[in-house]
Amino acid sequence: MERKRHLLGLEGVSAEDIQVLLDSAETMIEISQRDVKKVPVLRGKTVVNLFLENSTRTRISFEIAAKRLSADTINLSGGGSSLSKGETLADTARNLAAMSPDAIVIRHPSAGAAILLAEVLDCPIINAGDGAHEHPTQALLDLFTIRQAKPELKGLTVTIVGDILHSRVARSNIYGLLTLGAKVRLCGPPTLLPPMFEHLGAELHYDLATAVRDADVMMMLRIQRERQGHNFFPTLDEYARYFCLTEELLAEASSDVIILHPGPMNRGIEISSGVADGPYSLMMNQVANGVAMRMAVLYQLIIPGHDGIRGSEIPERTPTSATG
Amino acid sequence: MNTETQNAARRILVKGGHLIDPSRDVSEKADVLITAGVVEAIDKPGAIPSDGAEVVDARGLFVAPGFVDMHVHLREPGYEYKETVATGCLSAVVGGVTSVACMANTNPVNDSGAVTKYIIDKAKVAGLANVFPVGAVSIGLGGEALAEFGEMFEAGIVAVSDDGHPIMKSSLMRHALEYAKMFGIPVIAHEEDLDLCCGGVMNEGLMSIRLGLEGIPSVGESAMVARDIELARYTGGRLHVAHVSTAESVEMVRRAKHDGLDVTCEATPHHFTLDDSAVAGYNTNAKMYPPLRTERDVAAVRAGIADGTVDSIATDHAPHHRDEKASHFDEAAKGVVGLETVLPLTLALVRDETLTLERMVDALSTQPARNLGIERGTLARGSVADLVVFDADRAWNVNATELASKSKNTPFDGWEMRGKVTRTIVAGRSVWEDAA
Ligand SMILES: [Zn+2]
Repeated sequence: MERKRHLLGLEGVSAEDIQVLLDSAETMIEISQRDVKKVPVLRGKTVVNLFLENSTRTRISFEIAAKRLSADTINLSGGGSSLSKGETLADTARNLAAMSPDAIVIRHPSAGAAILLAEVLDCPIINAGDGAHEHPTQALLDLFTIRQAKPELKGLTVTIVGDILHSRVARSNIYGLLTLGAKVRLCGPPTLLPPMFEHLGAELHYDLATAVRDADVMMMLRIQRERQGHNFFPTLDEYARYFCLTEELLAEASSDVIILHPGPMNRGIEISSGVADGPYSLMMNQVANGVAMRMAVLYQLIIPGHDGIRGSEIPERTPTSATG
Repeated sequence: MNTETQNAARRILVKGGHLIDPSRDVSEKADVLITAGVVEAIDKPGAIPSDGAEVVDARGLFVAPGFVDMHVHLREPGYEYKETVATGCLSAVVGGVTSVACMANTNPVNDSGAVTKYIIDKAKVAGLANVFPVGAVSIGLGGEALAEFGEMFEAGIVAVSDDGHPIMKSSLMRHALEYAKMFGIPVIAHEEDLDLCCGGVMNEGLMSIRLGLEGIPSVGESAMVARDIELARYTGGRLHVAHVSTAESVEMVRRAKHDGLDVTCEATPHHFTLDDSAVAGYNTNAKMYPPLRTERDVAAVRAGIADGTVDSIATDHAPHHRDEKASHFDEAAKGVVGLETVLPLTLALVRDETLTLERMVDALSTQPARNLGIERGTLARGSVADLVVFDADRAWNVNATELASKSKNTPFDGWEMRGKVTRTIVAGRSVWEDAA
């Protein structure tokens, strides 16, 4: 029996699979630059975009990606945790299964939602962000953007700055970057950067100036204004005072440093306008690459047997024993 | 059917087993004769003539006072779709538990004599395990106003607790400890500082970081244990720390006992068997409060049981409907069932030499009965004949669907176990016998 392939996160995904996806995105970039930006490879296939948390950007990116591959798309969205009141995610999933989709893209406010879907459904599941868990396509497009700018990911120093604790983007990037041999520095106030992150294989910094030093890539995360109300930091002003990437700080980075930001950015809070609009900022490339990367992911997961990526395994719960 | 007259006629001779009765420091081969619901005689193997009594062949088996589980959620009244007093009691006797103390978070809350009496009446009709209700500390478990301990005590409660709703108001806890002294009952505390634990769904640590789930810091428990131990010291009240889960809490209870305070403590099989890695894959049957902690905490809880700091083992049997666990982790109900797996999980501690068999029975029967001040947990002559016979080696596999409990939310589904109850006797009546 053919095993279903999913992209639930980048934790545990092999370097080979990531490379296949990045290479595939290379081809998709080429398609996106054509006059007629459409190829028939997914004609007759149906992609369901199940967005149970607001995210216009990611949803549009996936929708364009599916359309460029000629897939039919169905968009389902809802603010809450279920489409109709009282319905569980598993029931929503079973209803979707009746539509025989060829892939489901899910965005959900709760960690583990994509995995739950993969357990009950019989088609590829693509995690478009589940709570603070993972956002693998964002990390893949970040890796792709870095690879466009740098000859090799291996050996690069990548610094991720911001609310690491609550960030699925940070988690997926940590896994992807480490798998491809980059060094990862994490930076933020201790309230948003618990020591446990060190166990994932990253270096921790509470001081932005040291975290910037000789960095090849600076990845600035969006700071959520709500965190201020929970005392993770006193005020946005004070946050900016210590963690806003400015041109002065950037002078200490590697001379060909590049800047990434998953967007939408808060100018003057995590990133100064000078840096955001500077030549080393690749934010617009990220947006364009996002479509290509998602085309690659849809293609690789829907077309069976192609380059044979394994993608994510559904985590197993192995029974054990108390027999001593 | 008049059970009194039936019991009077019924005589059972439990023959050939190894008797463990920590209340009298007994661990030897002995026969036990039960007449009219009480232990009539205990003697050397073969010394008591059967004389028409029903003979229970206990050769190769252990005989002990029935287990006393001080922390059970029977869900009735109000949540009969999860469990009823009758199904909960059946689950209990299948697991060798002859007495349960049931928590007050029913609907309506057990904060009145009427609800206490309702539960006791239901238990009488079920006629399986003894049920000792625990009354609420505060009206409606609201954490504000003291419930009528006196009215509930007269109806039959053996302790008070706002279990599931940690008492954030320190003055309420202080007054509960003081006022409960009038009735000589313990205040059972679910120790979690809700402000520190706010929003968390699993232990805060590497695992919660990896899963992206909101963490519950261990200090959320230990900070409350510290507060309540100091309140017990100040008031001289009786504090029972429920389901202890962190190394720091265990150490504080150890010191409190050393200081001679009236503090007792329980741990659950899930907290001494599993760590937070059981949550991997977002396993909602590994979600409960307090949450599964780290390997280090598990080791500390085990050491606490071994040296008596954690005097009792209680299951925190918390049945939930399948649908309430089929959700994504954030939304899933918290708690696991435990009555039917408590023996083999505790025997695992005996096999790895953490506990002696005698200490195991002490923690399952004798100590919890003492904590609740109930005349159980002993097989002394003349005591109520609540008794369990078990095979310490029998291997079996947990199949959640086959549990007697109405709910199947066990984190041990599919586990291979060793140790099984073969017979449960409550007040001289055989209420459960293993078919195999
Ligand atoms: Zn509790």
